[in-house]
Amino acid sequence: MAETFNFELVSPERLLVSETVTEVVIPATEGEMTVMANHAPTMTTVRPGVVAVKTAAGNTERYAVFGGFADILPTGCTLLAESAVHVDELDSTVLENRIEAARAELEGASDEKKTRLEQLVAELTKLGEIVIPA
Amino acid sequence: MPSLKDLKNRIASVKATQKITKAMKMVAAAKLRRAQEAAEAARPYSQRMAAVLSNIAQAVGADDSAPRLMTGTGKDDTHLLVVCTAERGLCGGFNSQIARHARDHVRKLLAQGKTVKIICVGKKGFDILRREFASLIIDRVDLREVKKIGFENADRIGHKVIELFDNGEFDVCTLFYSEFKSVISQIPTAQQLIPASAGEAVAEGASAIYEYEPDAAAILSDLIPRNISVQIFRALLENVAGEMGAKMSAMDNATRNAGEMINKLTLNYNRQRQAQITKELIEIISGAEAL
Repeated sequence: MAETFNFELVSPERLLVSETVTEVVIPATEGEMTVMANHAPTMTTVRPGVVAVKTAAGNTERYAVFGGFADILPTGCTLLAESAVHVDELDSTVLENRIEAARAELEGASDEKKTRLEQLVAELTKLGEIVIPA
Repeated sequence: MPSLKDLKNRIASVKATQKITKAMKMVAAAKLRRAQEAAEAARPYSQRMAAVLSNIAQAVGADDSAPRLMTGTGKDDTHLLVVCTAERGLCGGFNSQIARHARDHVRKLLAQGKTVKIICVGKKGFDILRREFASLIIDRVDLREVKKIGFENADRIGHKVIELFDNGEFDVCTLFYSEFKSVISQIPTAQQLIPASAGEAVAEGASAIYEYEPDAAAILSDLIPRNISVQIFRALLENVAGEMGAKMSAMDNATRNAGEMINKLTLNYNRQRQAQITKELIEIISGAEAL
């Protein structure tokens, strides 16, 4: 039995998850990151992607997050997401709207911003591919 | 002296008003509960955010690399006021309290020779502030169509503020809203958004030595704009709860007043009716006696 730790997924609107888990996969900006118990204290930003949570009971729950950051401590992990939903509840139109909005902002954005936004569009599209079966 | 018929009409109309205020009170009570739940649900996020922020701010310290949103422009000439009020009236002194607080602040700043710009969130505050400071209001945000305030609404306002800041439109930003203490007490509050007060260092001592990915400064510059949105979001939620609380007590008062008025009018009505009956009896009796 793997060691467990406390994982919390919080969005500005509510606390989505707060439970004991064995491992969590976080889509960090610098690449995916699997957090297990006794992880070194780390703070990282999160890009849009899927968070996979393996609960102590052994089930895996998946949540789509749209950016945010994670605060990892040996005893627990808190993911502050800008917006988060369970994968099953994710609506493809919501995602499309977000992609649309990002594209619209892309028009006439400055160079530095442009790269960021292009990245965002790519990440959102990828998220859509993973989450919504074609 | 109003006739019996007039009094009767009057009573009927007050009764109708009482029914309306009673219904509004009940609606406000239901909405208040929902607003309180929303405010409570949002609390964990802002708390964690504050903890993380103070943690990271300590790590970065007063370094030159700290983002400008945090250190400010170093000047104090132009002030931006974000005034959050309700979209609807009929909630006692709720809106005017916030507006008055903001107005005093504006007057003070103007007296010091500063430039003031105002963004109004909510229709009522705009209506009040427009009378005196129409030329200072640079923007207004309408949330009338919004049924339930989501983070996106706050985020949009936050982005607007940050964009203005990046364009060098102002130096200091203050948020005005009403803090929800209880159903009967809402306190108009001013909170400085930019430069972000670094928050009192959390003296928990638990601030472990973190590894930062990509690095502390990058995270901080990502975090602070988000924190501004979160603060605005929290203010909006508190405002909704406060508005509903104020509306509830205002409508409760109105209902009670209407009840008192009905009692008075009914007494008056009965007295007059009795007087009329007595008068008629006297007429009949004296008529019979005369025969």
